[in-house]
Formats: sequence, structure tokens, C-alpha cells
Amino acid sequence: MNNADLLMLRFGEITLKGKNRSRFEKAVLTHVKRLLASFPKARITKEFGRLYIELGGEPYGQLLKPLTRIFGISSIIPVKEVPSDLEMIQSAAREYIGSLPLKEGTRFKVNARRVWKEFPHSSQELNKVISGPLLQEFPALKVDLHEPELEMRVEVRQTRTFLYSKIIPGAGGFPHGTNGKALLLLSGGIDSPVAGWSALRRGLEIECVHFHSYPFTSRKAEEKVIELAKVLSEYGGAVKLHLVPFTEIQTAFAKEGQNNLIITLMRRAMLRIATKLAEAGGALALVTGESLGQVASQTLPSMNVIGRATELPLLRPLVMMDKDEIIALAQKIGTYELSILPYEDCCTLFIPKSPTTNPNLRIVESMEQHMDGLEEMIELAVKNTVTMTLTPESAARLHEETESESGRQSLSQSLPEREESEDETIPEKWF
Amino acid sequence: MKYFDHAASTPPHQDVVQTIAEVMERHYGNPSSLHRAGEDSAKLLRRAREVCAQALSVQPGEIVFTSGATESNNLAVKGAAFQYIKRGKHIVTTTVEHPSVYEACRHLELLGFEVTYVPVQADGRAAADQVLQSVRKDTVLVSVMHVNNETGSIQPVEDIGRRLKAEHPRVLFHVDGVQGFGKVPLALSESGIDLYSLSAHKIRGPKGTGLLYVHSGVKLFPQLSGGGQEGGMRSGTENVPSLVGMAKAFRLAKDASEANVRNWRLLQSWIVDEISGIPGLVLNSSAEAAVSAPHIIHFSYPGMKPEVLLHCLEDEGMAVSTKSACSSKISEPSRILLAMGKDRETASSGIRISLGDEHTMDDAKELIHALKAAVQRLNGLKGGMK
Repeated sequence: MNNADLLMLRFGEITLKGKNRSRFEKAVLTHVKRLLASFPKARITKEFGRLYIELGGEPYGQLLKPLTRIFGISSIIPVKEVPSDLEMIQSAAREYIGSLPLKEGTRFKVNARRVWKEFPHSSQELNKVISGPLLQEFPALKVDLHEPELEMRVEVRQTRTFLYSKIIPGAGGFPHGTNGKALLLLSGGIDSPVAGWSALRRGLEIECVHFHSYPFTSRKAEEKVIELAKVLSEYGGAVKLHLVPFTEIQTAFAKEGQNNLIITLMRRAMLRIATKLAEAGGALALVTGESLGQVASQTLPSMNVIGRATELPLLRPLVMMDKDEIIALAQKIGTYELSILPYEDCCTLFIPKSPTTNPNLRIVESMEQHMDGLEEMIELAVKNTVTMTLTPESAARLHEETESESGRQSLSQSLPEREESEDETIPEKWF
Repeated sequence: MKYFDHAASTPPHQDVVQTIAEVMERHYGNPSSLHRAGEDSAKLLRRAREVCAQALSVQPGEIVFTSGATESNNLAVKGAAFQYIKRGKHIVTTTVEHPSVYEACRHLELLGFEVTYVPVQADGRAAADQVLQSVRKDTVLVSVMHVNNETGSIQPVEDIGRRLKAEHPRVLFHVDGVQGFGKVPLALSESGIDLYSLSAHKIRGPKGTGLLYVHSGVKLFPQLSGGGQEGGMRSGTENVPSLVGMAKAFRLAKDASEANVRNWRLLQSWIVDEISGIPGLVLNSSAEAAVSAPHIIHFSYPGMKPEVLLHCLEDEGMAVSTKSACSSKISEPSRILLAMGKDRETASSGIRISLGDEHTMDDAKELIHALKAAVQRLNGLKGGMK
């Protein structure tokens, strides 16, 4: 059907949540309203615990994709609306079925519901008087009450009647931000963006942190992470990204000469920095893309030693998932193509030939204690962290001659905010 | 000179020219290089891709930049045929496609592919039913243009696409959209279209750039091997300045489309009325919105070499076209007009008027005035020419 009059949005799990329900619904409403800003003719209404978008002539095809990204919506249903009058309902049903590509022998049923009890025909009668003429007119239809491929639903209400058949699955989960805030360690690989998406789906607001080792990693690696954060922002509205300079710490570890422990040490330092950033931003947990046994640093002994570096809860949404499942999710949410771009992140540098899968906590702790200035380096990395706020619309930055490194704000200068400002974007006049 | 040959090429938009010049001067880095100069070019390219994707309401990852519509069409037709050769070796197209689709199909025939050329009706349109009926078990691709470049006739591609996907979901559907973009609305992503070719210079962009929309998940066998640019589908260092200019041109064309179409329809119906009243001229296109694109008017002057009329009009300061520009130097009957069932004389004497953004009713009046004068001059000579 290409001429829906309205979209019916149904909530999922959140309908179970007694007192919190109105808060959750409000969160969804806010997101939908923001989305509708670019569709001026569409209006949103709330009725009987459902949300309706009255399209007012806006093409719903373009609305659909962003709507399927709003968490808390379990399904989206394009609806045709007619006055509650039997003849008009019948003719709308005929037009509706006529607009669908029907193949021979389509299993079909009408499922009518009389919500408005004054309507002269009962639900049972409605099924008959609507399906009868349809079956006559469309010989391709075959009645099947148990396993219909095409179920024409009709809801008769006092003010209007709804017709629909197609139910488009929504994103599910909890509305963004309704379960608090967490900090995501975003590497640029396949897993961490999926972990971020999982956190968002569970109603967490996320900030992202990325560790870079320029000049050992290229700026393109950083750009790639920015793009990934932008994809996540399509699900979460706006996402903060903290870029942490990690070169100094990493090279210091490399000089220690304990190559098989370097990944363990790095991961612990990252968790320490992330913990400080989380505390500064009011996040109550860290989210990582770790999956049990995937690499040396993700064995159970490694997780044990690394995880002790933070007191915050470590959320690992992918921990028990297989790589295939993670890849499939990455493809679905639109991060896979970016993730496989071949730019190195800091973890793929200085990779020892045989990283330990079973680090010894005592040795690791003693190395950290004996390293000169590790605590200071961690403090400095936090201080020199650059933060930017990304939205799906954020333009890519161009390194114009005028942009100096000092143009980036750092934590030391009051608030670590960096909105994307006009002068450092690609001149939009070119497009 | 008044230029009425926009279906052949258009005057580039001033802003497009300026953008290209500025980008060319400032961003010469190779988008694949790792330094900042390269990175900046890569960013420009990315933004250009986003803007093109927006103009088509598709995803940026579905845009493959090419050197123009001829390449896009070749990549679509041959790339799909070679990639999915294991599914079969049969292609369905029409008798009125642009040479870059038609000849690509002919070349595939030399390599053992079978091609069904669906005929068109007198109005130049193929029947969707007939296209669908031509699909076989071993069909890999259906390729139908949106708007014909000679006559402006609109093919029922939305209908074909929807039905094809309902009945044969595995068969790919390619649409040559070159003459349709900005002229005839097309719901690209809702019409089952897998591949869609566009060219920049038909919509006031630069020559030498175009794109192919490749629906996500569809693979094509590359026609150019090399450094793996454009997702491996089209190697070769990207033409950054022109691609940025193209993105701008698509956006401008889309924004201006509604107003342009309204203007063209007015001019077109007036011109068509006038031409139908000139003795000796035969209309091959109509002004009916469902049948003809708004910017093309096509007629024949049977018994007269079309070049003669073209030159007479040029003397009056009017530039029009014989056949399509690509093949207009050969004096052969038009394959398209023959396919529409026109006799050889009519098919050999076609003249195309195509409108642009800048045209007004005054321009149309001048054109018709010149046309009437030229025909009057030539009518007397017609007998003696043969």
C-alpha cells in the first residue's frame, strides 16, 4: 500500500512497566517529534495508549527507516483510514487489496474488530460482509483462517475505521536514555559499535571513548570512529565522542620489555581513563564489545585481570555471542561496512607474537607500580582528551590550513565540549 | 543562439562551475592517500556521495561514481550479466534503449547471452505485461529506460519493477534514468529497482561524471580492474572536483524540479499544438503527462533530410537536434522511430526539441516562428530534393 493515511506505532516491553510507562512513552514521543520536524505536514496524536502519526500527505516510505531506528517502538503499521460506514469500508478494502501485488492462491483472511459497539454490524458479520466481495473480485485470494499470508485487519471506531495488513517490526527495546547513561569503548572494529547499539536499545544513553596513537595510527582511523559514532547517533539522537591521545602510554608500555603483557597493560590503562571520563560525565557503567574467547585479551583470565582496573560495572552485551551473529547485527545496524575499512586502531599496533591468554594479576600490578609516571600519563591523557558531539547530520571536518591543533578544546579548558562549528567543516556552499 | 538541445547536454550551472574550479584548485590530493590532503579529498567525496544519495532518497553506500551514463549502463548490464552468469544467460530489455544499453546487450549476445528485445507500442512505450511475460527461468536482468532520449516517452518502470519483484524476486532490474531525473518523478527505492544510471551533464552538471545506484546487496562484476575504488566496482582515482560539482547539480536539479516541470509542461503543450498545425510536420511525441516527459518534443519532416531543417533553424539562431546527439552524424533511420512503427521516411527525418531551465514562452514563440519560416522555405524545394 502506497497511500497510507497514518502510521500506528505500537510499544513493546515498555507497556509492562507500570508506573514508568508514561515516562517511557514520553521519551518515545520526544524522539518521534524530533524526527517529524522534517515532515511538516505530519501530526502526531496519542489515543488509547497508541501513538498515531497522521501523515497529512507526507510519503511514509521516507519516514519508515528512521522510525524503525527509534527504540521502544515494537511495530509500525501503515493504516488506511475511512469513515465508519459499511459501504465505504468495503470499497476501501477493495482498493487496498487491488493495490497489492497478488500471486495466485494467496492465503487470505479478514480480521474485523468492532470497537465502537453502536456500529450495526458485529465483528463476525463484518468479517463476512467484507471478505465476500473481495473474494469475488480477486480470484487470486484463497481463504485460510489459520495461516493467512495476507490478513486484512479492520478496526471500526466511532470516529473512523482503520484498515491495515502490513506490520513492520520496529526497533524494540527501551526508549533512549530511560535506563541511565554509560560510556562505550569504541575501537573501530566490528564488535564495539554493535555493543553500543545493544546498549542504546536497552535504553542507555551512551558516550563513546576512542583511544588513538597518532602517528602510529592514521587520522583515517579517527575519522572512521567519528563515522561509526555518527551511525550510533542515528539511534541515539546525539552522541558524545571522547578522543583520547594514547601514544605516550602505549610507547611507555612497549619500552617495558614484557611484550606478552602489553595488551593486558594497555587495556587496564584504557579502563582507568574511561572510568575517569565516565565519572566526569555522570555515566554509571562502561560498555565494551568483548566476546568471550575471541582474542587473547578476551579470555576469562584476561577479563578477570583487566576488569579489575575499574570499579564501575563492565557491561559486555556481546560476551556470549558468536562472531557470525555479531557480524550479522553489524550489517543490520549499518556499521559493518565502516568497521571493515582497513585502518589500524591502537590495539592492532605493537601486537606481540604471543600475547598472554592467562595474565598473572600480581605481575601486572607490580609492573604498573614500578613504572615511572604511569598515573601522571593517565591524568595527562584524560586532560588532553578532545570531545565532540556528533549527530547524524554532523558534517565531516576538513583540515583547512587555518585549523590549528589548539582549535580543538581539551578537558583542561573548562568543559570538554566541541560542537562541530561552521568554519572547520567542508564549505557547504560547494554542495 | 537559442539552445533547445538540453536532452543532449545542458549549460552547466554557474555555481557548479565555480565549485569545481575551487575544489580543483584546493583539493588535489588522491582520496586514497593517507595524508591530510588525501583525507580531505576523501571527505569531499564522502559528502558528495551523501548529497547524491539524499537526492535519490537512498543510502550513500549504494552510490557508485562513474564517468557518465554510458559507463553506468555498461557496468549495470555487463556487470550484472557476468556476476550472475550461474543463474542464467538471458536478459530482457526493450527495442528503444539508449545505445549504451542496447549495444552492451548486442555485445553480450556475441558472448553467448540471449536477449529478448520487447517491442514498443505506437506511443513508444513498452507494455509492462509483455516485459514480465518475457522473463524466463534463466533471466538474470531486466533493463528498461525511464524516459526515452529521442522521443521522451515514459516507460512504466515503477509498474514493471513492483511486479518483477513480486513475481521474480531474484531477477535484477536496471533502469536508465538519465532523461528522467528531475523531469518525471520516480520512487526509486519503492519500485524494486536494483540498478539506476544517471549522468551529470544532462542536469547542468559537468561532463565525464555520472553514477550508478546499486541496491545494497547487489554485486556487479567490475568492468574496470585496478585499485579497488568505489567498493571495488569501479577502480580508478575518483574525479573529486567534478563529483562534488555533480552532487551539487543533482541537488539543484531536484530542488528546481517542481517549478521546471510546471514551466516545461506549459511550453510543451503550446509547442505541440503549434507543430501539429504546421503542414508537412508529423508529431512523434505527445504532451500527455502520462506518456511523455515534459522537456522533449519530437517530430518528423518526412521527405526532407533532417540536417537541412536543422541548419535552416540554425540560420535563425535556433539549436535543435536530429536523432540523439550521440548518433546524429549518421543519416540513417532512427531505430527508435522504426520500433514505434513509423515508416522509413518519417523515421529518417526526426527532429528533437528539448527544453531547459532557462526557457520562457517568448523563447518558445521565437522557436516556432523560426520553424514556420524554415518549413515554408523548404516546402517549395521538397519535390526537387529527391
